[in-house]
Amino acid sequence: MRRKNKLTVVEGNMISEGKFTAKDIAEKPELFLSGHRACAGCAAPTVLRLIMKATRGPTIVTNATGCMEVSATIYPYTSWAIPWLHTAFETAGANASGIESALKILRKKGRIEDKQVDVIAFAGDGGTYDIGIQALSGAVERGHDFLYVLYDNEAYMNTGIQRSGGTPLGASTTTSQAGSVVPGKLENKKPIADIMVAHEMPYVATASPFYWKDLIVKARKGIEVNGPAFLHVFAPCPRGWRSDPSKSIELSRLAVETCIFPLWEAVNGEYQLSIPSKVIALAPQKKKPVKDYLQVQGRFRHLFTPKYEKILDEIQRITDERWNKLLKKCGMTQPKNA
Amino acid sequence: MKSVVKQETLGLNGDEAVAYAAKQSDVDVVAAYPITPQTIIVEKFSEYVANGQVNTEFICTESEHSAMTACLAASATGARTFTASASAGLALMHEMLFVTSGCRAPVVMAIANRALSAPLNIHGDHSDAMAERDSGWVQIYAENVQEVYDSIFQAFRIGEHLDVQLPVMVGLDGFTLSHSLENVQVLADDVVKKFVGIRQLPTVLTHEGKTVPYKLDPKNPMTMGPVAFPNYYFEFKRQQEEAMRNALKIIPQVHDEYAEISGRSYGDGLLDAYKLEDAEITIVCIGSTAGTVKTVTDDLRTEGVKAGLLRIRTFRPFPREGIIKALAQAKAVAVMDKSMSFGGNGGAVFHEVRHALYDAKTHPYVVNYVYGLGGRDTSPSQIRGIYEDLQKILQTKHVDELVRYVGLRE
Repeated sequence: MRRKNKLTVVEGNMISEGKFTAKDIAEKPELFLSGHRACAGCAAPTVLRLIMKATRGPTIVTNATGCMEVSATIYPYTSWAIPWLHTAFETAGANASGIESALKILRKKGRIEDKQVDVIAFAGDGGTYDIGIQALSGAVERGHDFLYVLYDNEAYMNTGIQRSGGTPLGASTTTSQAGSVVPGKLENKKPIADIMVAHEMPYVATASPFYWKDLIVKARKGIEVNGPAFLHVFAPCPRGWRSDPSKSIELSRLAVETCIFPLWEAVNGEYQLSIPSKVIALAPQKKKPVKDYLQVQGRFRHLFTPKYEKILDEIQRITDERWNKLLKKCGMTQPKNA
Repeated sequence: MKSVVKQETLGLNGDEAVAYAAKQSDVDVVAAYPITPQTIIVEKFSEYVANGQVNTEFICTESEHSAMTACLAASATGARTFTASASAGLALMHEMLFVTSGCRAPVVMAIANRALSAPLNIHGDHSDAMAERDSGWVQIYAENVQEVYDSIFQAFRIGEHLDVQLPVMVGLDGFTLSHSLENVQVLADDVVKKFVGIRQLPTVLTHEGKTVPYKLDPKNPMTMGPVAFPNYYFEFKRQQEEAMRNALKIIPQVHDEYAEISGRSYGDGLLDAYKLEDAEITIVCIGSTAGTVKTVTDDLRTEGVKAGLLRIRTFRPFPREGIIKALAQAKAVAVMDKSMSFGGNGGAVFHEVRHALYDAKTHPYVVNYVYGLGGRDTSPSQIRGIYEDLQKILQTKHVDELVRYVGLRE
C-alpha cells in the first residue's frame, strides 16, 4: 500500500531531448483541440497544447476551475480529445489522487486493462498558490503518481483580474489597485515551486512557453517520474497584464531573460539551472533589467511615474536577491561584477 | 421470515458495523479523514488494510473536502467508493456534495450524526446531515446498529442502480449508535458479494455518437464536469430530481430483496411504522430515538392509549405519499426534530411532514418538538410527555405552541 516518497529518476528511462523535434511535435495528434474560447493572445492554451505533446500514452487530465476550464469545456463542446474531469476550484490535487488510486486498484483487480494511464492535473495560480495548496500538498505528501501543472497568469483572470498569491509586487489588479496612495500589490509572489521542492518530491521544474522544447521535455520528465511531479509554467495574460496580445510569447521570454522567472529543475531536491537561465548565469551581462519586462505591461504602468518609481528598484532588488539564492542552490555563484 | 441465510452474531458498535460492511462490499477506493464520532470507522478500515483483509486503495486525505473529492474522482474513473464523516467534516464537504451528486457519482458515505459548532460539541444530533438535505444525496437514517450494517449494502445497490446513479449517505446517531455495542447479525462474505455485485456503469452517448460506459476511459474520451451555462444547466438539475424520484421506487425494491436474504426489514425501506394502524396520537421521528419512542408506545398501549410511531428511514427522497397514507388515521401528530432550522418555524422534518399533509384528505394537528441538540438525552418520560401533549391538544382542540423544545432550560 505504501508509496515511496523519494523516488529516483532513472536517466535511461527518460526520453531524450532530441526526440522532441518540431517535426515529431507537428506529427503527434493534437490532444487539446482548437475551438476553445480563450482570449486572443492567452498563453495558457499554448502551454496546455505543448504539454499534451509530451504525453507517452493513455492519459487522463483533470482541471481546477479557472480560465482553461471555463473556456475549453463549455457544454456541449469540449477541446479535450482525452478523458477529462473537473470538480471544483481547490481540488486539482484531490482529483488526481482519486483518479490515480482508482486506476491502480481497478488494474490490480483486472477490471481495466493492465496498462499505464498517466494523470495530469492543470490549475492556475489561484487554484495552486491559494485555494488549492492544501489539496496539492496532501496529494504530494501521499506520493500519488501524477504531474501537476501550474499555468501561472499571476492573478484570478477568470473572475476579472483579482490578485492572488502568485501576483507579483507592484502589479495593479482589480483587488490590488494602483491608486493615489497604494502602488498596486504590496506583497511579492510566493515562491511556490520552492515550496513544492520542500515537499521532497521527486521532480519540480519551472518552464516558459517561449522555450517550448524545454517545456515539453520537462512535462515528459514529470510524466515519467514515479510519484508526484510539479511543473510551474509561466503563462502571460494580455487581458490581465494589459499587454499586447501579440507579445505574450515574447513576454514569456523576457521574464526569463530578466531573471524574473528563471528556468530550473529540481530532481530529488537537487536544483539545476536549465539552459536559458544557465546562459545568463555564465554570462551575467546577458541579464536584462526588469524594466524591460515591466514597461510593456499596463499593470505596471503606474511604476513608471515619479510617485512610485522606487518600487521599480525594489522589484529589481528582489529579483536579484532571488536569482542569487537560486544560483547558490544550483551550486553556482554570480561573479562580483554582475 | 422466509428462507433466510445463516448468519453469524458479532458484537459491534455502529462505527465497527459500518467498517465491517464496507469491508464486505468490496469497495475499490476509500478516501477519508477522521472526525469524532466517526473515527472508529476509519481506524477499523485501516486495520483491515494493514492486515490485508481488503482489496482497497485507502487514501488518508488531508481534509474531508479532499476525501469527498477523491471519492468523486475515483468514482468517475469507474471505482466503487466509500467514505465516512460527521459534523464539521460533512460541513467542509458541503461544496463537493453538490458536485458529487451533480456528476452523478454513486459514492456511499456513513455519517455519525453530530452537532455543529459553535459552541463546539462532539455529541449526537442531526444538524450536520439536515444541513445537507438539499445536496442531491439520498439520505437514510438508521435506528440501531443492525440497521446501520444492513443499510450500507443497500446504499451501494441504491446509489449504483442504473436508474438512480446518486450518492447515498447513511446516518447513524453519533455515540448513541456509533459507539454503542450491539449484537449484530452479519452475512457471510459471499452472500454480500452476490447482493452488492460489481459496480455497473450507465452508458452515455458521446459527441461522436458512440454509446459508451460513463467513466474516465482513455478508450472512450469523455469530458466530465464541464461548464453548463443557462441554456443547459437547468436540464442537468431536472435529471437529478428524476433520479431522486426513481430512487423512491428503487429503495423499497432493494430493501425487500435484502429482507428476503437477511430476514430483516425496516418498514418498506422508506418509512417504518409502529402500531400505527389505529393510532390517534402519533410521533414522527428519525434515527435511534425511535427505539425510545417504541418503549413508551408499548407502555401507553397497555394503558389503552392509541399511540403510534412513524419513523422516517429515508428522508431524501422524501416519501411524501407514504407519509400521507401512514398518517391518514392520525388525529394529532408530534414531529421530532434533532436539528434547528433557525428562523424557519420548526425543524426540517416538521416542515416536510406538515407540507406533505397539506394534500391529505384529513388534517390532523401537527406540532413540532425540537430535542436532543448537542447530544442531550431524551428520556422515556419526556417522550410520554409529548404523547400527553397530543392528548391534551385533542381534548382542548387547541395548540398553544406550534414549536416546542424538549428538556430545555428556558
